[in-house]
Amino acid sequence: MLRLAWKNIINNPLNLILSIILFGLGVGLISFLLIFDHQLKEKFDKNLAGIDLVIGAKGSPLQMILCSMYHIDNPTGNLPIKNAIPLFNKKHPLIKKAIPLSLGDNFKSFRVVGTNHDILGLYDAKLETGALWSKDMEVTIGKTVADESNLKIGDTFVSSHGFTDDPDLAHDNVKFIVSGILAPTGSVLDQLILTNTATVWKVHEHEGEQAESADTTSHAMHHDTTHVGHSNTNEDLIQHPEQEITSVLIQYKSRTNFQALNFGRNINENTDMQAASPAIEINRLYSMIGFGTDMLHNLAYLIALVSGLSIFISLYKSMKDRKYELALIRVMGASRTRVFLLILIEGLLLALIGFIVGMAICYLGMYTMSGYLKESFRYAFQGFMWLPVHWYVLGFSLMLGIIAALIPAIQASNTDINKTLSEK
Amino acid sequence: MVKIQGLTHQYNGGTVISFPDLTCDASQLLLVLGTSGVGKTTLLHLLGGLLTIQKGDVLIDGTSLKNLSGTALDHFRGQHIGIIFQQSHFVQALTVIENIQLAQTLADRKSDTKAAMDLLERLNIADKAHKKINTLSQGEKQRVAIARAIINKPTLILADEPTSALDDVNTDEVLNILYEQAQFSNAALIIVTHDTRLKDKISNQVILS
Repeated sequence: MLRLAWKNIINNPLNLILSIILFGLGVGLISFLLIFDHQLKEKFDKNLAGIDLVIGAKGSPLQMILCSMYHIDNPTGNLPIKNAIPLFNKKHPLIKKAIPLSLGDNFKSFRVVGTNHDILGLYDAKLETGALWSKDMEVTIGKTVADESNLKIGDTFVSSHGFTDDPDLAHDNVKFIVSGILAPTGSVLDQLILTNTATVWKVHEHEGEQAESADTTSHAMHHDTTHVGHSNTNEDLIQHPEQEITSVLIQYKSRTNFQALNFGRNINENTDMQAASPAIEINRLYSMIGFGTDMLHNLAYLIALVSGLSIFISLYKSMKDRKYELALIRVMGASRTRVFLLILIEGLLLALIGFIVGMAICYLGMYTMSGYLKESFRYAFQGFMWLPVHWYVLGFSLMLGIIAALIPAIQASNTDINKTLSEK
Repeated sequence: MVKIQGLTHQYNGGTVISFPDLTCDASQLLLVLGTSGVGKTTLLHLLGGLLTIQKGDVLIDGTSLKNLSGTALDHFRGQHIGIIFQQSHFVQALTVIENIQLAQTLADRKSDTKAAMDLLERLNIADKAHKKINTLSQGEKQRVAIARAIINKPTLILADEPTSALDDVNTDEVLNILYEQAQFSNAALIIVTHDTRLKDKISNQVILS
């Protein structure tokens, strides 16, 4: 019976191809969006990393979050250390951890981040080889950086200004040296080059005006200070109140503390700094892009429905062409139920093949898009993954196949063999 | 053995058609002649269990068709009755041999390639076994239809106008094949036709009027 249904389907390849391509497109698009959504949310959530508040220069709070936590956008500006000194007070009643970030340079598009060792704790990062940075110009690099740049321990490199790889903006005078490589974390840390804050200052202290004119938005620190010492701890940092950093990542002692809830607002209202909660900003981002993905989802379901209709039409049409054939099958001893099942199986087979083609389309889509996505989101997207929700997509496909085949199947099983065969 | 008893049929509001009581033994050939419109096809469909019996009965080896219905009738038809139609229809998606094997599986028999091939051999169309139906000539299709009707060794073979589309030479040949195969599978053979050429060739005949 399965064989007969299969042979019937492939006997009409044109119909088959049309139905399957439509169905595959619908299923593929749905699946693509599901995987994309899933991975994006997963990455965003993973990188929330228990950070309760981000404090930086005034500007767009979302931009600040995207820049400081996801390393997608540019900084909102610089934060003078003298303003931020209270944040680094070890006896602060609310703050458990305050992690300074200084951005401004990149190496092959990987951002150089001046910070302290606490940042590793946020992402549960561990060293794979070598040691953490301790002296100025020493860097510890994320796994992805190591893999893609082929940097090894002891290697040196020069960074270039800004966040896009541009040899014209290279800081040729100062060389970084790799002291260690982190084990992969699956977080944004894999894509970062970590060093101490003083190093970032040092790289920029001899900088001429060419960088200023070439890149004003993604600027970082431009200073004429002659020397800054090692600054691996917050205590070192506040010894240089005249310097600037990009932002501070804050982890509260207790999230439910009433004062903690007001802490961000106080900063926004009473200081020159800006505080933003990652959870709130990311939710805002979801709701903004949500509309677009919702539309795409609806479009995908529409395509799937149209393809269901095309399966229906092609089965219905073939029912007319195969009226004698079906009567004949009855003559040869097949019951009504059997004819009914035969048509239903044909619909199911079409849907199943459509589903498989859809998965293939999704796979190809993911594969070709992942390079582009990596550029705009700074994350490596996995090609294809089977999510639990795909079982629903499969179920939905098969349901659509059954529904499309139902009417032709009922019609076929109700055909009067006597009448059909008497017509000549 | 096939027996017709007091069989009449009435289409929706139409006139009542009565059929004479008939008997056809195994290996026997019965010719049912009649001009169009006298109920030849109706009789064939009643005999083949394609049309519900309203009054009277058809007994095939003692089984009353009147008492069978639905799936049981479909099943009985697949196993005991082979029908050859004037216009041969096939499952276009399948090859010659697959069409024959389909008849086996639909009658809940095991699909037997050797038996199917042997039969095609006897009908001289073994070389077409793996061809699609629509590549065959009319005469070849007729043979495949015969093969399909008798592959399950039915008790009764029904043929509806098997020769009316054929020339004299082919008519004789098809008639011979039908007769031989009926003998071979020990089946009763009933040919329903308006083809008067057959009148002189078959002595056991009934004329409907």
